[in-house]
Amino acid sequence: MKEFDPLIFLVVFQEMLGPLLWLLILLAVGGTLAFLRLLIKEKGIVARRLVRAELAGLGGGVLALILMAKVSSSGFTDAGGPADWFLIALVFGMGLIGSAIVVYSFLGWRTPVKR
Amino acid sequence: MTEQREREFAAILKSASAGRRNFLRLGAAGTGALLLPATAARAADKLVSKARIVIAGAGAAGLAAASRLAEQLDGASITLVDGRKEHFYQPGYTLIGAGLKPASYVVSTTAEYVPKGVDWIEERVAEFDPEGNKVVTESGKAIPYDFLLVATGLKLDYAAIPGMEVGEIGKNGLGSVYHSAAAAEATWRSMSDFADKGGIGLFLRPGTEMKCAGAPLKYTFITDDYLRRRGNRGKAELVYNANNKVLFSVPIVSEKVRMLFDDRKVKVNYERILESIDLGKRIAVFKSPIGPVEHPYDFINVIPPMRAPDAVRNSPLPWQEGGWAKDGWIEVDKHSLRHKRFDNVFAVGDVAGVPKGKTAASVKWQVPVAVDHLLARIAGKESTSAYNGYTSCPLITRLGQAMLVEFDYKDNLVPSFPGIIAPLEELWITWVMKTMALKPTYLSMLRGRA
Repeated sequence: MKEFDPLIFLVVFQEMLGPLLWLLILLAVGGTLAFLRLLIKEKGIVARRLVRAELAGLGGGVLALILMAKVSSSGFTDAGGPADWFLIALVFGMGLIGSAIVVYSFLGWRTPVKR
Repeated sequence: MTEQREREFAAILKSASAGRRNFLRLGAAGTGALLLPATAARAADKLVSKARIVIAGAGAAGLAAASRLAEQLDGASITLVDGRKEHFYQPGYTLIGAGLKPASYVVSTTAEYVPKGVDWIEERVAEFDPEGNKVVTESGKAIPYDFLLVATGLKLDYAAIPGMEVGEIGKNGLGSVYHSAAAAEATWRSMSDFADKGGIGLFLRPGTEMKCAGAPLKYTFITDDYLRRRGNRGKAELVYNANNKVLFSVPIVSEKVRMLFDDRKVKVNYERILESIDLGKRIAVFKSPIGPVEHPYDFINVIPPMRAPDAVRNSPLPWQEGGWAKDGWIEVDKHSLRHKRFDNVFAVGDVAGVPKGKTAASVKWQVPVAVDHLLARIAGKESTSAYNGYTSCPLITRLGQAMLVEFDYKDNLVPSFPGIIAPLEELWITWVMKTMALKPTYLSMLRGRA
């Protein structure tokens, strides 16, 4: 492992996920943009909605872990060391944050708060 | 005093940022990194040349080399010669044998990886004539070359085991993961049946060089795990027969596997090489220092001797003396992969007569070096790139865990993620690499993109 090229990771992920990769990237970028626009429009965070989105995010994190276990043919007792816990936390965290942002934006654009 | 403190502080910062880089690698990569390349040559302009390059063999090494050559040459004639239409992702065989993937997981077609501008002659090479700078195909067609890259792979010599019949794999307790995707699937049925009943399970490796020396160990561990999961471990005896006095060629890995086998109650016999087999009576006969030893079994994973293909063995290309001469491995310099006697000939992949690993990871690191030397030759320069023997093996130690073993010619461990993925630790993350990231990385390699 001498040199690293981020493009190679893109290629590998593309090979791994196929068209799903672009869908995920689209969802991530789209969700983030919608979230940012909502923030600007509402000039802040709506705490009540955020809590609901975070609750949904917990489910998203679990879902990400289930997906990961399924794709990698593993069970739930396979973690063997710190690197594994790191990966589990990473997958859970990405699922959580990703779905929280998407859910927050979705709720926000569906029923905007009137001020 | 302050100056010294500043220096220390700078050093700490530097190491912290190196650590962060490693972390980022992990986060960004997920995992597929162990096959990833140095990408120095990518930006280079194309080299204009009329050279005729013949690549014998369109497996992992042949296709990866063709992709890289096609990408970097303009006007050259590049010809792949191989009669096989299917392409097999061989690192997946163990997963099929473990019942985790269907046979179709490893099968694709050669055609989908043949790069644009490369000719593919759908015939096997029957004769190598390095003195006359040509190869001859099965149909008698002579193909002259300026440069030859031999990537024929190797031959599984089942015929060298009296009593062995490949048509019987999957029946009567006979398994052999290596033979083919279908045989790996049949082996899974045999092994699963054994895991339901128990009995004696025999594991072994051949006395020759072999592809992926970790695979026989992996399958032993996987069988052990299935027996435990089905509550039948107490009814089974597992015996691993090593061909020499070690379990793995890298001493530190060998010791680790010895400890794991001890932990899992796998019995080990050293210096036992399968000599013949009676499929009807389920008895294997091993060559040993004390003479032939008979061993009954209820399940066996036969791994045949491996040698260079006949066309290579019958040519002037193999080593002329030493341990590799008998089996026909090609006499190349282990750092440049260039032939020691014919300097316009290179060998990459399984057929190369070099000390370590016949694996996809070896291919990944050998091909760019051989290609670089070939291109330098065309350009009238000398290449300084060298292959250090790097290879890697995600050594499965139970379902859901593996050890990421990476090493070089000197038996050094060369971990890609030092401090994060310990090389001799049984980890889920390594299993995730094996099951998720390895195949996409491999396919990218075939296309010359990784």
